[in-house]
Amino acid sequence: MTQRLLPISIFAALMAVIPLIPGMPPFWIVLLNNIGLAALVAMGLVLLTGVGGLTSFGQAAFCGFGAYTTAVLSTAYGVSPWLTLPLSLLVSGGAAVFLGLVTVRLSGHYLPLGTIAWGIGLFYLFSKLEFLGRNDGITGIPPLSIGTLKMLDAGTIYYAIWIAVLVCALLSMNLLDSRTGRAIRALRRGHIAAEAFGVQTPRAKLLVFIYAAVLAGLSGWLYAHFQRAANPTPFGAHAGIEYLFIAVVGGAGYVWGAVLGAGIVVILKEVLQSYLPLLFRGEGQLETIVFGIMLVLLLQLAPTGVWPWLMGRLPFKPARKRPDTSLTLPARERPAAASGALLKIDNARKQFGGVIAVNNVSFDVQAREIVALIGPNGAGKSTTFNLITGVLTATGGTISMQGRNIDNAPPQEVVKLGIARTFQHVKLVPDMSVLENVAIGAHLRGHSGAISSMLRLDRADEAKLLAEAARQIERVGLTDQIDQPAGSLSLGQQRIVEIARALCVDPTLLLLDEPAAGLRHMEKQRLAALLRTLRDGGMSVLLVEHDMGFVMDLADRIVVLDFGTKIAEGTPDAIKTNPDVIKAYLGAVA
Amino acid sequence: MNTTIMLFLVQDGITNGAIYALLGLALVLVFAVTRVILIPQGEFVTFGALTYATLSAGNMPGTARLAVAMGVVALGLDLYAGRRALHWRLVARAIAINILLPVAIYALTFWFAGKNTPIAVNIALSLLIVAAIGLSLYRLVFQPLAHTSVLVLLIASVGAHLALQGLGLVFFGAEGLRGPSISDAAFMIGPLRFTGQSIAVYAITIAFIVGLWLFFGFTLYGKALRATAVNRLGARLVGIRTTLSGQIAFLLASVIGALSGILIVPITTLYYDTGFLIGLKGFIAAIIGGLVSYPLTAVAALVVGTVEAFSSFYASNFKEVIVFTLILPVLVLRSLAAPEVEEEKD
Repeated sequence: MTQRLLPISIFAALMAVIPLIPGMPPFWIVLLNNIGLAALVAMGLVLLTGVGGLTSFGQAAFCGFGAYTTAVLSTAYGVSPWLTLPLSLLVSGGAAVFLGLVTVRLSGHYLPLGTIAWGIGLFYLFSKLEFLGRNDGITGIPPLSIGTLKMLDAGTIYYAIWIAVLVCALLSMNLLDSRTGRAIRALRRGHIAAEAFGVQTPRAKLLVFIYAAVLAGLSGWLYAHFQRAANPTPFGAHAGIEYLFIAVVGGAGYVWGAVLGAGIVVILKEVLQSYLPLLFRGEGQLETIVFGIMLVLLLQLAPTGVWPWLMGRLPFKPARKRPDTSLTLPARERPAAASGALLKIDNARKQFGGVIAVNNVSFDVQAREIVALIGPNGAGKSTTFNLITGVLTATGGTISMQGRNIDNAPPQEVVKLGIARTFQHVKLVPDMSVLENVAIGAHLRGHSGAISSMLRLDRADEAKLLAEAARQIERVGLTDQIDQPAGSLSLGQQRIVEIARALCVDPTLLLLDEPAAGLRHMEKQRLAALLRTLRDGGMSVLLVEHDMGFVMDLADRIVVLDFGTKIAEGTPDAIKTNPDVIKAYLGAVA
Repeated sequence: MNTTIMLFLVQDGITNGAIYALLGLALVLVFAVTRVILIPQGEFVTFGALTYATLSAGNMPGTARLAVAMGVVALGLDLYAGRRALHWRLVARAIAINILLPVAIYALTFWFAGKNTPIAVNIALSLLIVAAIGLSLYRLVFQPLAHTSVLVLLIASVGAHLALQGLGLVFFGAEGLRGPSISDAAFMIGPLRFTGQSIAVYAITIAFIVGLWLFFGFTLYGKALRATAVNRLGARLVGIRTTLSGQIAFLLASVIGALSGILIVPITTLYYDTGFLIGLKGFIAAIIGGLVSYPLTAVAALVVGTVEAFSSFYASNFKEVIVFTLILPVLVLRSLAAPEVEEEKD
């Protein structure tokens, strides 16, 4: 039994025994069933909101799709509940595809607002449609049955619910711990860095959205056969809010946080509903007041939730396995020296309204060459980088890589040609380990999709990716920090992590945006030595840097920009004495 | 289609739309200044309306007590936050805003409640009570979270909505209430009957739209409030008091919300949970306006109101479905007009 599966097995065994305990009140089993049903929905929200950064208040509506699909088919058409399961999942997944295509592309707060709106719209639709029984819903749904065993009471369907919870938890954890999972986890920190390494961010967003909806649909299907009835109330806006509450309470970034959060909230709700009226002699809904206040307090005092707090209290830390660095990925073919221009920029131009950030700049980078792009602040250096890598679309001019035109190609296409980059403002995922961050760089060199990751069929592929990442980390000298969260490193080290991530692309051209900023003298020397080795190995480097000592020592050729225009180009010695360059930096001939 | 029916529906739609416009404006205002998507806006509406209705019936509204209670907690937070540098001016200010103000409002309400009070006094009292609640709501819920992301603020906003709506049930009960209309005057233009109430709705809406547009577009203080939203640290460095900006935004939003409630409670019966739906329709307008543009929000609100009026005539069962689905094409358009390079922050 691996270390990963041991705690889950213990938990599963524990849950299996609970209904068998003599004298166990049936009401407790019902409560546990409700916890399991809520946990399934919250688990989807963990991936969607906590991990992917897409907040949805509308998950309850997907439960409704699952529940009503099986309710209609099994009552009106007498279809067996087991046959309606795939259909329930399909309907909720299909609804997610439609709503997702409309909403997930929205940035920031438009997405949650959109989910509130369609959540309420669907609730009213459920409660008005004739064939869904309007406000009364549908009753007389047949129970689940295996052979002659009919799951009529709470104690038997309990097993169906909790098996679903455990299987889904396992699948979710497998998904997160994979190539696709890293792409999803990178979404929360913005799309630019992920896209620079080939992640199709809209597709990754849609994927988690559908996954979360399918989990909610499964919960709805189980709910319908547990209650043997379906009506609109549990699929309304307030239920959607409650699911989000559960995820936040448990710890929105953690799969088991969903189960823990569901336990806490469902039990708390039960306690509040039975005792609050005694205390305050009021009419119902007092628990929503307490819930609302608690949600606000939780965000103010413990925004990460209960699960990470519990884990931090464990006396032992789960050890991480080091990747086997003997595995290798196929390497890219290197261009021979003196094979002509690798990157060619011809009259590139970028205007932001009236500001000309890059004004008809032309230069090239040869194979096996280190070129430095220098210039005062605001000269257009980073904008030039963004034009090359497809983050910005050029207003004019052409950019080509090895003879292939890449102007206005999306970042995901540019990286496929072997152009990898780092960012002036570090763009790592702070709560992911250094290894996982670097492995994002190898995204395009792996092939496993979401389904094979969930089923753990991706292990061979995954091991190679992690081996490559570990090798690049070793190359840049950060092996000691490999398991630390990237956010805990110093800024200089984080820049080095970005370089390792870029190296995972196996690039022919490496674009470095101020790689030496924040490094100490010794670290700068080591970086310079590394870049020389890379050049000698067949890589070209284009770097933006302000440290003149570092640049003059390292670069084969220097291009100088000022106010978006190229003012000089040449060897370091020529640039040092160029009067235009001196004027740009010092204001007058010094 | 019968022209008279159409005219009736359009008139109905515009009256509703004017209310949604008011709420949409308040939402845009709060978002532009504090980045909070104010779901409890709907509760300001119900609190305003039902407080007014309760006062008109000669009873003491529970919201007055809530204002005092929230003030007490807010004082505690203020004193705790400033515990390292407690000097008498800070303490005096905190006590004045958090205790003296709501207690004074409570005393006034107590004094006037039950007597045959004029409508104007009841309106003023309702506005004061809800304003005090709005001010404390910012202090209690959002000021401690001011540095966090829009999403955290949104979730907190939903929490505040749940709590306030639950309190609304406690204060006003599950029965709906109606209030007396502001004016009984009425006149006819062709087949349409215009009441003093609906004229008041139009006039107040237009006044607020123009006022807010002028305030934010052309005054230094309005621009300072907007600067707070874009960059809190930057705004503080140039001397803008960001907490004060937030307080002003919430004050305005709660007054606008309560006013909308008072304007509609003579026309329709309001329940403790009606505000949520009304507020959300204001939202749809605000989203169509991109949460930034006041005139666009106002126009969108009229569209929402008109669509609602027509769908309640032709497909009354699916009225809400149609209104809330209206947002989908808008979102599609917004997502097609893809934003420039924009990095979300955590």
